[in-house]
Amino acid sequence: MAEEHYLELSENPVQFEHASSVNNVFFDEANKQVFAVRSGGATGVVVKGPDDKSSVAFRMDDKGEVKCIKFSIGNKILAVQRTSKSVDFINFIPDYPHTEFTQECKTRNASILGFCWTSWNEIVFITDQGVEFYQVFPDKRNLKLLKSQSINVNWYQYCPETAVILLSTTVQGNVLQPLAFKNGNVSKMSKFEIELPVIPKPAKLSLSERDVAMATIYGQLYVMYLKHHSRTANSPGAEVVLYHLPREGPCKKSHVLKLNTTGKFALNIVDNLVVVHHQSSQTSLIFDIRLKEPDCSVNTQQPVLPARSIHPYRIPLSGSAVVPSQPPVPCQLYSSSWSVFQPDIIISASEGYLWYLQVKLPPTVKLLQDKGKLMDFLLRRRDCKMVILSVCSQILEGSEKAELPVVATVFDKLNQVYKEYLEAEQSYAAAVESGPSRGAATQKRPVRTQAVIDQSDMYTHVLSSFSERKGVSHKFIIAVLMEYIRSLNQYQITVQHYLYELVIKTLVQHNLFYMLHQFLQYHVLNDSKPLACLLLSLEGTYPPAHQLSLDMLKRLSTANDEIVEVLLSKQQVLGALRFIRSVGAHDNVSARKFLDAARQTGDQMLFYTVFRSFQQRNQRLRGSPAFNPGEHCEEHVTHFKQLFGEQAMMKASTV
Amino acid sequence: MASGMQEKQYTPCLLNFFIYNPTFGPREGEEEKKILFYHPSEVEKNEKIRNVGLCEAIVQFTRTFCPTKPAKSLHTQKNRQFFFEPEENFWIVMVVRNPMIEKPNKDGKPPTIEYQEEEILDTVYGAVVRQCYSMYKLFNGPFSRAMEAGGVELLMQKLEKFFYRYLQTLHLQSCDLLDVFGGISFFPLDKMTYLKIQSFVNRVEESLSLIKYTAFLYNDQLIWSGLEQDDMRTLYKYLTTSLFPRHSEPELAGRDSPLRPEVAGNLLHYGRFLTGPANLKDPEAKFRFPKIFVASEDGYEELHLIVYKFFVIASCFLSLDLISASVEVTREFCEQLDGLVGPQLTLLASDICEQFTINRRTSGPEKEPQFKFIYFNHMNLAEKSTIHMRKTASVCLTSVHPDLMKILGDINCDFARVDEDEEIIVKAMTDYWVVGKKSDQRELYVILNQKNANLIEVNEEVKRLCATQFNNIFFLD
Repeated sequence: MAEEHYLELSENPVQFEHASSVNNVFFDEANKQVFAVRSGGATGVVVKGPDDKSSVAFRMDDKGEVKCIKFSIGNKILAVQRTSKSVDFINFIPDYPHTEFTQECKTRNASILGFCWTSWNEIVFITDQGVEFYQVFPDKRNLKLLKSQSINVNWYQYCPETAVILLSTTVQGNVLQPLAFKNGNVSKMSKFEIELPVIPKPAKLSLSERDVAMATIYGQLYVMYLKHHSRTANSPGAEVVLYHLPREGPCKKSHVLKLNTTGKFALNIVDNLVVVHHQSSQTSLIFDIRLKEPDCSVNTQQPVLPARSIHPYRIPLSGSAVVPSQPPVPCQLYSSSWSVFQPDIIISASEGYLWYLQVKLPPTVKLLQDKGKLMDFLLRRRDCKMVILSVCSQILEGSEKAELPVVATVFDKLNQVYKEYLEAEQSYAAAVESGPSRGAATQKRPVRTQAVIDQSDMYTHVLSSFSERKGVSHKFIIAVLMEYIRSLNQYQITVQHYLYELVIKTLVQHNLFYMLHQFLQYHVLNDSKPLACLLLSLEGTYPPAHQLSLDMLKRLSTANDEIVEVLLSKQQVLGALRFIRSVGAHDNVSARKFLDAARQTGDQMLFYTVFRSFQQRNQRLRGSPAFNPGEHCEEHVTHFKQLFGEQAMMKASTV
Repeated sequence: MASGMQEKQYTPCLLNFFIYNPTFGPREGEEEKKILFYHPSEVEKNEKIRNVGLCEAIVQFTRTFCPTKPAKSLHTQKNRQFFFEPEENFWIVMVVRNPMIEKPNKDGKPPTIEYQEEEILDTVYGAVVRQCYSMYKLFNGPFSRAMEAGGVELLMQKLEKFFYRYLQTLHLQSCDLLDVFGGISFFPLDKMTYLKIQSFVNRVEESLSLIKYTAFLYNDQLIWSGLEQDDMRTLYKYLTTSLFPRHSEPELAGRDSPLRPEVAGNLLHYGRFLTGPANLKDPEAKFRFPKIFVASEDGYEELHLIVYKFFVIASCFLSLDLISASVEVTREFCEQLDGLVGPQLTLLASDICEQFTINRRTSGPEKEPQFKFIYFNHMNLAEKSTIHMRKTASVCLTSVHPDLMKILGDINCDFARVDEDEEIIVKAMTDYWVVGKKSDQRELYVILNQKNANLIEVNEEVKRLCATQFNNIFFLD
C-alpha cells in the first residue's frame, strides 16, 4: 500500500509566514507568488516565488486593508487593490519614482471584483459591469484605457498561460464568456452555457466560482466544471465536465470524468492529468483525457487508477525556521485549510506552505494491469523514460513476465512514438535543407520528449541484459528480439546493427545456426558491412557463414574490396581476379596483392596465370607489360624469371 | 516398319532390396540369420542367402583396397547394385535393373535385349538408398533403437512394416538430379510478412507450450522451420511426396470432403488436421498422431507429428507442430490449436496471398519459363527448378528429355569430384546446350535451346540469367 501513492507533494515547498490576524496571505497564479502582508504592508510585505529570484521583500504604507495584491510579469509594477473602486500602483523599476499612483474604474457605480496582469504593463480590471483593459505608464505614473467591455459579471477566472479571462454572466451564472488578451487587444471567444444539474426557480446564481477552473491540458485550453451529484438526477456520483475552448470556433463539451462518489472536491492538473481530490475520503483520482476507454461512450471516462491518497508528507525539520527544536511533524493532508490553484498548486495558508503536486510514475505500474493501457498512459507523461524501460524489463523477466502478444503491443506503442519523432525530425531537416525561404523558420525543431524510446535505449536498458539473463529460455529471448525487430520494421524504422548482433549472438550461443541461416535468407537481418564481418568471423563454427557473408557483401555493392580480401584470404586468387574483372575494377587493383596471394599458394601455374594477366593489363593500359615502380612488384618479377626464365617474360612488342 | 516390329523401351526398375547384418550369422549354416529384410519376399531362401553373401564378399574384398571407403555400387550388364552401411554392420542393398531396349527379331526368333548399362547414375540411386534409410529413421529411429528395445525380432518387424509400403512408392524411373540434392523449395517472401509469420509461430509455441518445434509451409514450399536442417530435409520429402499429395487429391476432386467451414472474422476459413483426427467434432475421433524421430542433443527424440492445414480462398498453409511423444495429445490440445491458429492465420493469409500474386507476376509460371534451370545451394538445401513441373507421389514430370537430365547428372558428378569452383558447358545432341556452374556451395544447371548458338553466346546468356535471377547472391562468373 505504501508503494501505491502515485501523487506526492514537492519535497521543497515554498515557505511563508502563515496567515494570522496580523498577516494576510495572497497568491498570484500568474507569477506563482505568495504575498505575506503584515499589518497592511506597514510592517512588511514578503513575496515568495517558486525560486529565490522571484522572492522580494518590501514595505508599503498601510492605506487600508489589502484585498488583492499582484506583481506585473517580471516584478516590474505592483498593483494593490484596497477598495472596490480603485487599484493602486507602485513602480518597482529602478530609477522610476516610487510614489504610489491610483486608477479608479471608469464604469460608474461599478465595483472592482479583481484585476489580472496580462503582460509587464497591461492590466485588466474585472468589475461587476464588465472589463477594462489598461496600459500602465510607470514613468508618467498613469494608465491609459485600451479597451473596455460592458457585461454583467458574477465572478471571473483567469488562466495566465493563455491570458484568457472567463466571465460568469446571467442571473444563474452559467453562461460563460471567455475573453482572450494579447498585445493590447481583447478578443471575444465564443460564449457557452454550462448545463446545471438542477435549474433553480426562481432563478438565482447557481454556478459557483469554486466549481469552475481553467487549465491547459495537452496544449489545449479547457474549462473544467465540477458537477455535483444531484439527488433528483439518477447519477451515481459527481462528475467533472470538460469544455474544450479552441482559439477559434465554438466551445464544445468534450469529456465527462466520472468520480463515482460525492462530497467536496478540488481539481489540479499535473503532467496533463486531471487530478480530483476528494476531501472526505482523503484520496485523489486521476484522469487522462487522451486515454480511450473501449467500454465507455466516446467522451465518458473512468479514473485511470484506483483512488489513492497523496503520499504522506512530513514537514521538514531543517527548513522549519518557526519551530526549530521540534521533530518533523506529519502534515495533515486534505486539510480544510488547503487551497488548490491551477495547475498544480496546493497552499496551506494556516501552516505557511506552498507545494507543487507531482505524479510519481513507478507506483502506477502495479496499479494498471493492462500493459497496453499502461504504456499509453506512461508515454504521455513527462518523466517517463526510466519507468517505461523498467516496465519493458519487467514484462520480459521474472514473475510478471508477459505473453508475447502483450510484449508485441508494448513494442508497437513505443515504436509508434519513436517513429512520429523520427518523421518530425526528418521533415524538419528537409525544411532546413530547402532553405529559409520555404518556411523553415516557421517549423520548429521537434522536441525529443522522454517518451521517445529509441533502439539504443532499448538495447542498453532492456534487451542486452535480458538476453544474457540466466533461466530465460532462449526460445523466448529470440522471440522477443524478433518481435522488436518486427515492430521496428512495421513502423519502417531502420534497425540498428547492434540489434542484429544481439540476435546473431543469441542464436550462435545456442547453436541455432539453421535459424540464423533462415533469417538471413529472408533478409530479416539487413545487410551491412559490420554484419558481413561478423558472419565472416563465425565461419570457424559455422562454415556456411562464409557464403552468407559473401552474399551480403555482394548485395551491398560497395564492398568489392572486402570481397577481394575474403577471396584472397581463402586463396581463391583466380576467383578474386574474375570477380574484380566482372565488376570492372580490374584496372585499378593492386597487382602486388594478387601476386602475393598467388605466390603463397605455391601453385606455380597459378602464379604464372596471375602474373600474365597483370602483364596484359599493363600492356593495355600503358602500352608496356612492365610493372610501374610504384606497384612494388620487383620481387615477383624476379620470382617469375626464376621459375619460368627470362624468355617467358612478355615483351613489349608482343601482345 | 510394322507396328509389331517396334522396339520396346524398359525403364530402370527395382529388382531387389535387402538389409542384412553380417555379424548376426557369422557361422556356416546360419547365413539366413543375417538377413533382416528382403524384397521381394517370395524369393527362395537359398537365393536370398546367395545374393547377400555376394554383396558381403564384394564389400569385404573391395575394402582391402580402401578400408575407409567401401564399395558403393557394382555395375553389371543387367543390373546395378548399391551398397550403403548406415549404421555399423547394417547394410542396405538395392538392386536396380538397367534400362533396356527389346528389339524384335524376324523369323519368330526371340527378341534381342540390349541393356543400357551406362544410362543410370550412381549418384542418383545412391541418394535413393540413403533416402530410404533416412525415411525409416524418421519414423522409427535408428536400427539400433529397435535392437535395444526388442532385439532382432522387433527390428525385423519394423523393417517389414515400413519397407513393405515404402518400396511401393519408389519410382525409380523418374529419379534424377533432384533426388541427389534432396533440397527444399522455399517460398519467397518479403521481410515484413516473414516477420509476421515468425511472430505467429512464436505466439503459437508460447501459448501451447507442448509444442517443441514448428514448421510453416505455403502449398509445397517451406517458409519456416524450427527443426534442424537434416531432419527438415527428410520430413519435407515425406510431406511433399507422400502426405500432401495423399490429401490434396480428394479435395481437388471435391469428393469425400471432410472440410469444416468456419467463420472467423468475415473470412471463411477452413482448417483441419492432416494427421490425427479428421474431424474434431466427431466424438469417436482418435487423437493419435504419427511419431517421428529427430536429432537432439542426446541422440534423438521422439515426437508427435501434427500437421494442420489451413485454407483461405484457393491457397493453403500448413503449420507443422512437433510435440514430445512422452506426453499425450488430447482433444483439448487439438481444439486449442485449432482455435488459436485459425483466426491468426486468417489475418496472415491476405499478406501471404498478396506475395504469391507478386511472385507470380514477376516469374510468371503460366508462361514457359524463359530459362530452364535447376539451382541448388548445399548450405541451406534451397532448390529451385524450372524444369520440374510438379512433384507428386506418383510422377515427377520434367519438361526436358531424359538424355538432358542425364547430362545434368554427369556434370554434377564432375563437380562432386573437385572442391574448386568450375563451369562446364556441354553441347548436347539437337540444338541444346547444357551449362553447369559451381560457385562455392552452389550449383546451377541451365539448359538452353538456341539454334546455331556458339559458346560465347551461350556464356553470355547464362550471365544474363545470373544477373536477373541470382543478383542477390555471390556467384562467381
